[in-house]
Amino acid sequence: MSEQVDAGTGEGRRIGVFICHCGGNISDYVDVAKVRDALKDEPDVVVSETELFACSDGTQKEMVQAIKDKKLDGLVVASCSPKLHQITFQGVSKRADLNPYSYTQVNVREQCSWAHTDDHEGATEKAIGLVRAGVAKTRLSRPLEPLVVKTLPKTMVVGGGVAGLRAAIGLADIGLGVVIVERASTLGGWVAELGPMFPNEHSGREQIDFLIEEVAKRPSITILTDAELVSKSGSFGNYITEVRVKGQDQMVTAEVGTIVVATGFDTYQPEVGEFGYGIEGVLTLPEFTKLVDGSKGPLIYKDKPVRTIAYVYCVGNRQPAPGNEYCSKFCCAATVHASLKIAARDSELRQYHLHRDIRTYGKFELMYSESRERGSVYMKFPDETPPSVAKMADGRLAVTVVDTQTGNEELTLPADLVVLVTGMVPRKNQDLTSVLKLPVGVDGFYNEIHPKLRPVETVVAGVMIAGACQSPKTLSESVASGLAAVTQSAGILLKGFAELDPLVATVDTEACTGCTDKCLASCPYDAITTVDTDGRKVAEISAAVCKGCGGCVPICPENAIDLLGYTDAQMRASIDSLAKEPVS
Amino acid sequence: MTTIVETGFKPRILVFSTNNISDPGIDLAGSRHMHYPAQVSTMSVPCSSGLKPGWILHAFEQGLDGVFIGSDGDECALLDDCGKRTGSIIAQAQELMKAKGIEPQRLKMAALCSVCAEPFVGYMREFSATLTKLGPISTAAPAAAVAS
Ligand SMILES: Cc1cc2nc3c(=O)[nH]c(=O)nc-3n(C[C@H](O)[C@H](O)[C@H](O)COP(=O)(O)OP(=O)(O)OC[C@H]3O[C@@H](n4cnc5c(N)ncnc54)[C@H](O)[C@@H]3O)c2cc1C
Ligand code: SF4
Ligand code: SF4
Repeated sequence: MSEQVDAGTGEGRRIGVFICHCGGNISDYVDVAKVRDALKDEPDVVVSETELFACSDGTQKEMVQAIKDKKLDGLVVASCSPKLHQITFQGVSKRADLNPYSYTQVNVREQCSWAHTDDHEGATEKAIGLVRAGVAKTRLSRPLEPLVVKTLPKTMVVGGGVAGLRAAIGLADIGLGVVIVERASTLGGWVAELGPMFPNEHSGREQIDFLIEEVAKRPSITILTDAELVSKSGSFGNYITEVRVKGQDQMVTAEVGTIVVATGFDTYQPEVGEFGYGIEGVLTLPEFTKLVDGSKGPLIYKDKPVRTIAYVYCVGNRQPAPGNEYCSKFCCAATVHASLKIAARDSELRQYHLHRDIRTYGKFELMYSESRERGSVYMKFPDETPPSVAKMADGRLAVTVVDTQTGNEELTLPADLVVLVTGMVPRKNQDLTSVLKLPVGVDGFYNEIHPKLRPVETVVAGVMIAGACQSPKTLSESVASGLAAVTQSAGILLKGFAELDPLVATVDTEACTGCTDKCLASCPYDAITTVDTDGRKVAEISAAVCKGCGGCVPICPENAIDLLGYTDAQMRASIDSLAKEPVS
Repeated sequence: MTTIVETGFKPRILVFSTNNISDPGIDLAGSRHMHYPAQVSTMSVPCSSGLKPGWILHAFEQGLDGVFIGSDGDECALLDDCGKRTGSIIAQAQELMKAKGIEPQRLKMAALCSVCAEPFVGYMREFSATLTKLGPISTAAPAAAVAS
């Protein structure tokens, strides 16, 4: 900041404002030129421009240049949610030697253009107010240095299914210590139960055995089975965890830098009576794959040869709310694959697939083609008229279906087995969810910060999610996300230290009267202590311990505590700016 | 018989949200293109327990018609007693508002989670309707009453 800047008001600063079109995501609803022009006249704003895509490489370079050329000491980008690009534009600031904490991201997409596609004028006026508030905040920002914390070179992997095991091996191979915490008595999760799997016919059991062997070769991996994570304390990069192991009185304590949650999924369990479930011969997909993988030759069920199988797809998935609305995406492929396996053993077998549409995406489409070539019959039923299953007098099953492809004709198919193609559901993991404070999405699976930009990170710093606990995934997708969590952990832990936002609480020693009992008690992290300054007792806040919640701020009767980045002056100035711009 | 007079008044609402919990919920409402009045603007802070009652009063004094606090409640990753703390901030703000003759209905709090898009939009529509009935803010009410 230059000499001419008034420290109290921020007057005299040189702020650059960039307003993003986001292709048309913003500019289709917000008149960005109008926002730019309004901001041109704002005091201390020396650059006000619009950009087609502020996050593009080229534009970032231009922004760096503009910051240098115009000697900017503050930056405001009005674009998408800070969850997506705060880091990007803080990076722009850094590359231009501008303090990244003089950057403010204003959300005019998720919280403006997209929410007001019905009110262009209102959205434009609102955007002007929001950007002005951002400028007000930047005007009063102080240059800050990130807090450097040491990190422990160790990761805890919760869940020893295929995603967790593969992640553990990856973590060990980049030089990190690993603790696997598996709730069951054995490792491997669902895959350990499976025979030959799509897409390459490798047996699930054998793949897990291979991974377990690889884990055993790496002394830096500790395995705890029959174990559950019961507490987590400490802070980012230095978590202290306690694990309860069945049969042991003492908790196992592990100090780790990051945590990868790979707790997988459950499969949908139909109610008795749902599509005939409960009648002999009506099986779920996992029950059916077990039957197929556990036998040889033509299929026999309860001592009777199976001549006809009917599959009912999407059971417990793609349902109207409050049912499971999502598609589990592995089950079409798993069912087509199982039907191919059994067709190869019995060329006389009749197979009817009653579906809503077959979602064998990517290369799995080849299995679908092959299955039809081998004589499987596919019938598409209307969403609102699902098939029904009943037991006939001769003990066989009857499936009634409306086939949209033959003019909505109602057909009744006799069958020896009916397979309910059940999808994935979130695993019940209430305890773990609350210990780690994991965010759960509308569908009940764990939520990442952003599916494309930050796909394995959660809002809990240093806690990642991988595999099917995040959303339905195939084996290779689960492994890919496990490896992504490895890379993410490497980024955090391999340097041995991490930089944290220094947005912590500070005490104005002048204003503090040393009454301290209130603020000391208000901080559950014991970040506030009493110190002597010039013979006076005042409160002091440890930047390393403070979590930046701001809980102590309203407690201080003297208004002596400020949260950096959200100071009293910044909050009031932002409110003033918002209030100034009427929204008609 | 009452007749509703179309005044064209659209109440302006300031929402205090939190970076990691209610803000993603409000983002989600936008991502799903769910509409709420454009007179609603959001400012986010790390945790609703860090809001100063004075900021709420300040917003009213600057002419905003309503303040809504999306609190973290039980989901707060930072403070176990977040709900209680935010509640006490509201109570203090209500005191300040009372002294200025500001109707208590102009301040509203509800727990908002990171996927609470629908509840958020519902709250905004409801709150906007309440404030429309109340009419524009006037912060000088008791003083004016004394003067006259
Ligand atoms: C019938 C069926 C057939 C399938 N066929 C195929 C196929 O052919 N090809 C394919 O690609 N995919 C297939 N899949 C999908 C595949 O099973 C999944 O992609 C894979 O299992 C996901 O691995 P994961 O590690 O994420 O989860 P999981 O396999 O569910 O493993 C999670 C592990 O975490 C443990 N755990 C859970 N909670 C806790 C806790 N709180 N603490 C500690 N540990 C915990 C569990 O005990 C488990 O060991 C099939 C799935 C089913 C059901
Ligand atoms: S993968 Fe297929 S069976 Fe499974 S939910 Fe999606 S469409 Fe239905
Ligand atoms: S901001 Fe929160 S963590 Fe930091 S000192 Fe205040 S109460 Fe403690």
